[in-house]
Amino acid sequence: MRPQTGWLSLLSACGAVLLLGGATSAPAQDTRVGNLTGHAAAGKPLYVRYCAGCHGDDGDAQGENAQWIDPKPRDFTLAVFKCRSTPTGTLPTDQDLFDAMTRGFVTTNMPQWRPLIPQNRVDLVAYIKTFSPRWKRARAGTPIAIPPEPAATIQSILHGRELFQKMECWKCHGPAGHGDGPSANTLTDNKDNPLRPYNFETGSRFMCGVTNQDLYRIFMTGLDGSPMPSFSDQIQPAQAWDLVHFLRTLQPLNTPEAAIWRAWLATHAAELKPIGPEGGTQ
Amino acid sequence: MVKWLLTMALGTAAVASRPTPALALDGREARLAVAAYEVAYATHSAAIPAFARKYGLRCSACHTVWPELNAFGQTFKDNGYQLGNDRDSPIFQNNAYWPIAMRTTPQLHLESTTNQVTDASTGKTVSQAGFDLSGVDFLLLGTLYKNITFGLVPTLDADGTTGLEAAFVRFDNLGNSPWANVKVGKFELDNLLSEKRFTWLSGNGGFLYAYHYLPIGSTNTFGFGDNQIGAEFSGHSIDSYTRYSVAFLTTDDGTPGLPGGKSLDAMFTLSRAFAMGGGLGPQRFGVFGYLGHRPTAFELSGGTPIPGTGTANKSFLRLGATAQLWVGNLELIPLFSHASDDAALGPGPDKPAWNSGLLEAHYVATPQLLLQGRYEVLRMSKQGDPAIPKTQGNADAIALGVRAYPFMFSRDGMALHFEIAMTKTIGTVPLSGDGSGVDPLTPTTAVWSRSFLLAFDFAF
Repeated sequence: MRPQTGWLSLLSACGAVLLLGGATSAPAQDTRVGNLTGHAAAGKPLYVRYCAGCHGDDGDAQGENAQWIDPKPRDFTLAVFKCRSTPTGTLPTDQDLFDAMTRGFVTTNMPQWRPLIPQNRVDLVAYIKTFSPRWKRARAGTPIAIPPEPAATIQSILHGRELFQKMECWKCHGPAGHGDGPSANTLTDNKDNPLRPYNFETGSRFMCGVTNQDLYRIFMTGLDGSPMPSFSDQIQPAQAWDLVHFLRTLQPLNTPEAAIWRAWLATHAAELKPIGPEGGTQ
Repeated sequence: MVKWLLTMALGTAAVASRPTPALALDGREARLAVAAYEVAYATHSAAIPAFARKYGLRCSACHTVWPELNAFGQTFKDNGYQLGNDRDSPIFQNNAYWPIAMRTTPQLHLESTTNQVTDASTGKTVSQAGFDLSGVDFLLLGTLYKNITFGLVPTLDADGTTGLEAAFVRFDNLGNSPWANVKVGKFELDNLLSEKRFTWLSGNGGFLYAYHYLPIGSTNTFGFGDNQIGAEFSGHSIDSYTRYSVAFLTTDDGTPGLPGGKSLDAMFTLSRAFAMGGGLGPQRFGVFGYLGHRPTAFELSGGTPIPGTGTANKSFLRLGATAQLWVGNLELIPLFSHASDDAALGPGPDKPAWNSGLLEAHYVATPQLLLQGRYEVLRMSKQGDPAIPKTQGNADAIALGVRAYPFMFSRDGMALHFEIAMTKTIGTVPLSGDGSGVDPLTPTTAVWSRSFLLAFDFAF
């Protein structure tokens, strides 16, 4: 933490009062979200105010609170981000960073910064991009295309369940999606910090959104920096939607998929093979 | 009767143990004493490092400078002191975590008041100066469970007297909607400009006339800045840009034990913020209103009023509008209010009415440095008794201050606080200083009261 008081800052502040304040403007890396342009210079004091306690003054995830936080905060110097609309291994778009900041991350210490005015959030995005030279070397990836979602049916859900078994999702997320698969305790992030897989039973939101499209995007882009890979090379879009429909049945929410699933289970539960090492296809 | 009402308003224990110079005074002086007492012993609360410790956020995440809430902090409070990340229930906290914080303010201060009537003079300036203490607030707030919030604020005054500033339970997000929340107990009113979270501490600067003034001869005891007992229904948009609250409150100005009558007061607030400009927060506009009642008759036992039997309620009204505007790092907070009391709550045949307005400015140079100023004016528009000069009770108050925070992190906070505040009142002693003082010799004499404060305000 850097001391920020003293006569110099007091005098500066007095001068600024005479000028009626105002956000600073300075050359910044090009950051745009919608009609808004982000300014890194304006984002810096906002970062100190809201973010540095966890992410560190230098963006290296070494803020004074980081030692107490689980999971650990993002290290901006690596420019590796979980929630993206872009293919795995690529940089996220400005909109992705803006959305992540706005949405926060469920079951972590990262809150929803939605109350900040949009300009503040865009300025923060601009400043976060100053921590890694990767932003100067590479451009953001091209957002993946998400085809229209087909209607959820019991066939779609059952097929998704087969994929959950076949793709071995259960090894981390557990047979019932409770985040308790046999590999769950061995997972680490890209900095070797322990990481727990997502528990579908407790979370009202997903790590990167709330909609079916968000869920589709998660396993087609992967969560970079975590063990959650991208499945874009392994499953087709229609299969991905089937998986989405099945995963929705694992949440304690009254989703359309859950309603279809419960109705089918009432008469067909005995036909299901268990998910897990002994499981097979339906 | 007045003495009894005053006793009820202050509480038996408080009257017994705190300085009570007005207990033997007539109605006009008692009115002054009640208001001055409430101001002098008003506690400043609600800078809560326990939340910072729980969530690992710096003070500056929720406060423009603590204790004033910023937009994020307002949303956090509106959501029942929850971040909403499915980790708010205490079951997710380490067993060693306790939701408690403490705040107090060792200080050096000077108070002076002009035109005081003493045994030796009819217009003497009385001054006090020296090292002193504020009380201590014990801030226990947090969640009992997901979407069940509690608050408990015991207080310890500098003279050793204890109190209970707040005690409530709140049910949040009913039906999974942020628009439906219910709070029951004793709590701060949903004031858009909060006296509990503002950045003024001195005898003349640490309160608002708009929230505490009562006209000459009033037997009313209500203060907007006083915590009240009742139930509050409130709601907000997911970012708290739109907020409302409706509260129903007992008619005792926060005094427990149901000493008054059986009627209820009602209060509402409504505000809307807009994400305009590039300042530190959104531009918020709001209105508020309070319709209260106070009994004017009681059942008697041996000539003594029986608590809780108040009847013949007479009403009073408070209406106002305020805003929170940002220009870069400069925050402007204007507030206007109109107030009136029923004639039966005053000294004569007329309904007293008055208006007040203020403009408060904060320059938030950094999360660790605040420069601030405030000017407030109060003007009587009608006295309760035609014999009272129209200007008597008028007030002008100005305050300037600096708060510097030498460090900023998520475990505690300290501010070096410097403040100068002055008030001028006509024909009455200001609601300021240490709560003592007497009216000037004539109803048209101006009384100046001044405060100088250098304090170490800390919370852990």
